[in-house]
Amino acid sequence: MLGLNKKDVGLLLVVIVLTVFAPFILNPFPEGSALAQFNAGYPDLMQRLVIFGIFAIGFNILFGLTGYLSFGHAAFLGAGSYAGIWMIKLLTLNIVPAIIASIVVAGLFSLLVGWISLRRSGIYFSILTLAFAQMSYSLAYSVLTPITGGETGLQPKVSDPRIFDAALAEGTTPRANFFGMFMNDSYELVLGGWVFTFNVGYYIAALFLVIAFYISIRIFRSPFGLMLRAVKSNQQRLNYTGIESRPYTLAAFVISGMYAGLAGGLLVAMDTQAGAERMFWTASGEVVLMTILGGAGTLIGPVLGAGFIKYFENIVSKINESVLQAWFSFMPEGMQDLVVSIFYPFIGKGWHLTLGIIFMLVVIFLPGGLMEGGQRISNLFKKKSNTDSGSGKSSPAAAE
Amino acid sequence: MEAIILQILNGLDKGSAYALIALGLTLIFGTLGVVNFAHGALFMIGAFCAVTLSRILTLSHEVIDPTKTDFLGKPLKVDVPYIYNLVGESAGNVIIDWAVPLSILFAIPIMILVGFIMERGLIRHFYKRPHADQILVTFGLAIVLQEIIKYFYGANPIPTPAPEVFKGSFDFGAMLGLEGAGIIYPYWRLVYFAFATVIIGGVFSFLQFTTFGMVVRAGMADRETVGLLGINIDKRFTIMFGLAAAVAGLAGVMYTPINSPNYHMGMDFLVLSFVVVVVGGMGSLSGAVLAGFMLGILESFASMTVVLETLPGINQIIIYLVAMIVLLTRPRGLMGKAGVMEE
Repeated sequence: MLGLNKKDVGLLLVVIVLTVFAPFILNPFPEGSALAQFNAGYPDLMQRLVIFGIFAIGFNILFGLTGYLSFGHAAFLGAGSYAGIWMIKLLTLNIVPAIIASIVVAGLFSLLVGWISLRRSGIYFSILTLAFAQMSYSLAYSVLTPITGGETGLQPKVSDPRIFDAALAEGTTPRANFFGMFMNDSYELVLGGWVFTFNVGYYIAALFLVIAFYISIRIFRSPFGLMLRAVKSNQQRLNYTGIESRPYTLAAFVISGMYAGLAGGLLVAMDTQAGAERMFWTASGEVVLMTILGGAGTLIGPVLGAGFIKYFENIVSKINESVLQAWFSFMPEGMQDLVVSIFYPFIGKGWHLTLGIIFMLVVIFLPGGLMEGGQRISNLFKKKSNTDSGSGKSSPAAAE
Repeated sequence: MEAIILQILNGLDKGSAYALIALGLTLIFGTLGVVNFAHGALFMIGAFCAVTLSRILTLSHEVIDPTKTDFLGKPLKVDVPYIYNLVGESAGNVIIDWAVPLSILFAIPIMILVGFIMERGLIRHFYKRPHADQILVTFGLAIVLQEIIKYFYGANPIPTPAPEVFKGSFDFGAMLGLEGAGIIYPYWRLVYFAFATVIIGGVFSFLQFTTFGMVVRAGMADRETVGLLGINIDKRFTIMFGLAAAVAGLAGVMYTPINSPNYHMGMDFLVLSFVVVVVGGMGSLSGAVLAGFMLGILESFASMTVVLETLPGINQIIIYLVAMIVLLTRPRGLMGKAGVMEE
């Protein structure tokens, strides 16, 4: 089906089911219950989950397949954001031109950056991409202020030209739409104590995620993808066989840049604003974390990594000291204070500390990320069941 | 002419910081072959050593001062640092005033210890892993260290003044026979430059003129052979890591009066220092120092108003721009050696 084998169709179906039913999956606890703070089924967060999923899928095409570690991918996300917001300001509040423009602009920008950076490899490549991203960030903040809005960023205004739209009435807020469906419109389904929110913007972003994931599967399984893997495993040998590897790596770089641009365009479509902080190098670091955490080089890993980080960022940041006190209130007085003071640095504003520790642990013990962790656990069970049943069958070859 | 001298001087202090951090990065890379993204965090920890020491020195207890009264006529309570009890009031004031230079003594053992723990506890396990893994794990470590500092010291910059003697500026032009030329330069920046020169000179002469340094240099050139000669090269490289950590820490200690330390100062410097290392040439110590000063001075030239009028915003990107041009024209950097990081 669709040029995929059975396993990949299964994987695609998993992603489709996860995204379609996300409003249910992310809202497992009834409203008003003590655990409701773990619910993540509100539109803003769900949109971010899928958008950063797209970003990570794109990054994985470059890093997971070719092994080139780019520390400047946020620049393409930022470029896409700016292109998108200008389309919204100049043409129409419909998001279609914004998204097309963001992909095209990010693609062109990544073509330029990649053409220069890919002349070097290893750490030199990382530094070059980092230099480009930092340059874009500084310029967006200073000289390019007429285009980027500088520190304040850009938002659509009622007075914008928008040549395809009818003029908005004074005092209304411009809202992005998709042929009349507003991005921030939601339908709330109340079932008993549960409230499920179905948001237009989320489902549009989710549609893009599924398409992006499908394209990434096709790239992984194509001869082109095989060539990219060859670059990762031994570029020198590839060169000796008479194959020029640059066009392949450049293509991968541009594709991942376009993914980043799409993510940037979608971010703009959802919250209709763009700012330079999206280009800062910590934003580039974040997508690296997502990809590694999920499992670089695996298909679904980056999506999981992005979801994991964005979900816990939201949830952990919301926990405060009184919540902790409530959790450990079953303990004796002194013990409770002790445990709370141990956990306190890791919650709320301490989320980055937790993230850093998780990330270090993953790099040290699970270089393959969450996917490798899952693999190891399932192998453990397989071995157990094999010995239990005593069958002489050898275990099937592990999936890649 | 005056403007040029002034810009060179302005570039020196930033250039010194770049050079010191880049020197440590290159030492670690050259000896252990590890790309250390946590090096900026070491710079920051050094700066916070100075903050900690000045806080310790000003630890106070309340005493009732019988000679003073508040507006209600009650005797006034005043904070008296404990150090007054130890050495007396005037000596105590001098010590508190000199907290930043004194922090050098305080920071050296701490930084060496931190360096040892980092190397033995974490980085040792990453020698045989790919460079990407090393970058990632030290990047994670940098985040963790920075967040720990943020937890204990807060997110705001903490002003840490230089000793009274070095506060203020002087007319540097007068020393060159250019009275009234307006080359006004803060004392402390000159101290920082002198300090950086001493440290850099110390590291180079340590490597050049001691037996220990000779063995380390031999190990950098051919680790295996040195090992076969029966020398425990790993132990010496660990010591070099501690030394590099101390250099970064001292750079941080002395930088506090120039820029009030905050928790992300390390990351701010790290990105630029990496660019400096790459421009200087991976693995070349003199290249790192040269590129550090060069880029620092270039940066301050780029922020001259004359330059900014013709090329707006150039001061923000000059370092990256130079790095790109250098990397594309001289792939190994200015003084890089063949065969380093070229797999």
